[in-house]
Amino acid sequence: MSALGGTLTTARRRLRELRPSTVLATLALVVVSAIVLLPIAIIVLTAFKPAGEVNAFPPSLLPDTWTLDNLKEVTSELPFARLIGNSFLFAGGVTAFALVFDSLAAYALARIDFTGRKVLLVAIIATLMIPFQATLIPLYQLVADLGWVNTYAGLIAPRAADAFGIFFLRQFFLALPRDIDAAARMDGAGEFRIFRSVVLPNAMPALLTLGLFTFVNNWNDLLWPLVFTTDAEMGTITSGLTLLTGPSGIVPHGVMMAGSLIAIVPLVVAFLFVQRRFIENIATTGLK
Amino acid sequence: MSADHPPVRRYRPPAPLGGRRRATGSPAGRNTKALLFLAPALIVLGLFVVWPMISALRLSFTDASGFGREEWVGLENYAAVFTDPDILNAVTNTVLYTVLFTPTAVIAALGLALLLNSPRMPFRSFFRTALFVPFVVSFAVAAFAWSYLIDPQVGLVNYWLRGMGIRMGNVLEDPTWAMPMVAFVAVWKLFGFYFVIFLAGLQDIPNSLYEAARMDGAGPWSRLRNITLPMLSNTMAFVLVFATIAALQAFDQIYVMTGGGPYGNTQTVVMEIYESGFRKLDIGFASALSYVLLVATLILSLVQFVFFGRREKDLS
Repeated sequence: MSALGGTLTTARRRLRELRPSTVLATLALVVVSAIVLLPIAIIVLTAFKPAGEVNAFPPSLLPDTWTLDNLKEVTSELPFARLIGNSFLFAGGVTAFALVFDSLAAYALARIDFTGRKVLLVAIIATLMIPFQATLIPLYQLVADLGWVNTYAGLIAPRAADAFGIFFLRQFFLALPRDIDAAARMDGAGEFRIFRSVVLPNAMPALLTLGLFTFVNNWNDLLWPLVFTTDAEMGTITSGLTLLTGPSGIVPHGVMMAGSLIAIVPLVVAFLFVQRRFIENIATTGLK
Repeated sequence: MSADHPPVRRYRPPAPLGGRRRATGSPAGRNTKALLFLAPALIVLGLFVVWPMISALRLSFTDASGFGREEWVGLENYAAVFTDPDILNAVTNTVLYTVLFTPTAVIAALGLALLLNSPRMPFRSFFRTALFVPFVVSFAVAAFAWSYLIDPQVGLVNYWLRGMGIRMGNVLEDPTWAMPMVAFVAVWKLFGFYFVIFLAGLQDIPNSLYEAARMDGAGPWSRLRNITLPMLSNTMAFVLVFATIAALQAFDQIYVMTGGGPYGNTQTVVMEIYESGFRKLDIGFASALSYVLLVATLILSLVQFVFFGRREKDLS
């Protein structure tokens, strides 16, 4: 990664101007980062440990011998390809719809003067404070009435727009300079064309950030797929994993960690790819 | 970091109507246009959020159980919520969880953001990325990993601490330590998110303020107290509100790690909603409890916004 190379060069330059307080702070950060990364390390390393080592005393961080047994076992107990596919469809579908619907709504709230704009905004923010469990029962009844239990529609449609996304994008659209659409307006462009070809291209950082957020949150959601799918074939990787830990199932730690590894790899890889932009994007969007 | 981006201003009041207009056309034309933009999101939110919310409010005044016809019972469920000793226990636990989680996560995030905002720190990008990684891990997976790490027999953390002379015992079965442990897992998972928001807020503070303070001979402590913290109060309000909402809705990792035990010591309000609504099928009671939680959350959020939001206004 060139990012890492860049970090090293700047780090070398900074080494020359180190102060004792900086050294102490760096040491503290190394300790904090080690604690923060320890659970990730234990997932990865335990996934490749033979069963005997996983339950051995004294425990060790690194495996003595590496094995694929845990991964094989977990993939034979659950239809993993199917579950991962469902996770991609569910999280990806929600993300795609939510980005379109949220950005349309956010555009109106940020850049069109209409009657009752403030009231609508407050109402949308207020829905954020509802614990999701509070509406789950009536929501389930509604989805069942539509005949959408165990369907992708039932998983995706209720989340095709969300208040947080609308609020987040509104903040970003507000911060875009007013004059960027002046030229287009002068050319007689309509509101939708300004939205699509002026505002959206300028909002890519915010859209990328919100997209990753939405994807991660849905991929990781546990209760949602548990409630809206009763067929194991329609579950997601996150809900599928809990089948291994059910009240009856005492699944070996190694197998659990292998399953966890499969569940987090796509997200961690995706995050590491976009992380530089992602963290900077949060910095430049209205989220603060 | 944000050199290629226009300076971001929040909560900009709408341009005066007489001045530059944000949309051409008559008010009625603008209303129609706005409605077209809003329609898809409003249909989704109306159908899948607002309508179930109204349904839940109605159910909170009934004895609904998922079977047969529900009877109107007036305020009975609300009376039950306020007198049930289990609910009192869950409320006490949720307050304790919030008190453990929110300040810890916010102070950790702020401290680390202040450290990593300093250009003197080496390996800044590495540390920033490392601290944010837990945010992409699900609560369920976080709960599996931490449960294994603190396992009394084969847990690595347990073993290491014993080497340092600290005996942990079975934390998740310990009435005193189970709650701090599940709160700690939440801090681990969520502080990185607050950390990044604080970093963003710090970058918005104009450097000229610090230069002026330095000329006046203000030390680092005084700069932190008189410039950084007041200028961050808006960010602080945002983070506090989100952290408090997250704390009041605690569920996932507790469900996986302790199931509310030992002896109901980690039973939270949302666990109670889930249990009464989905296990005991006492839907009316669960709905009433949800509404009480909703109102409590709203009041707390408002108080925080008023308290922290005003300080920044005083400054400008």
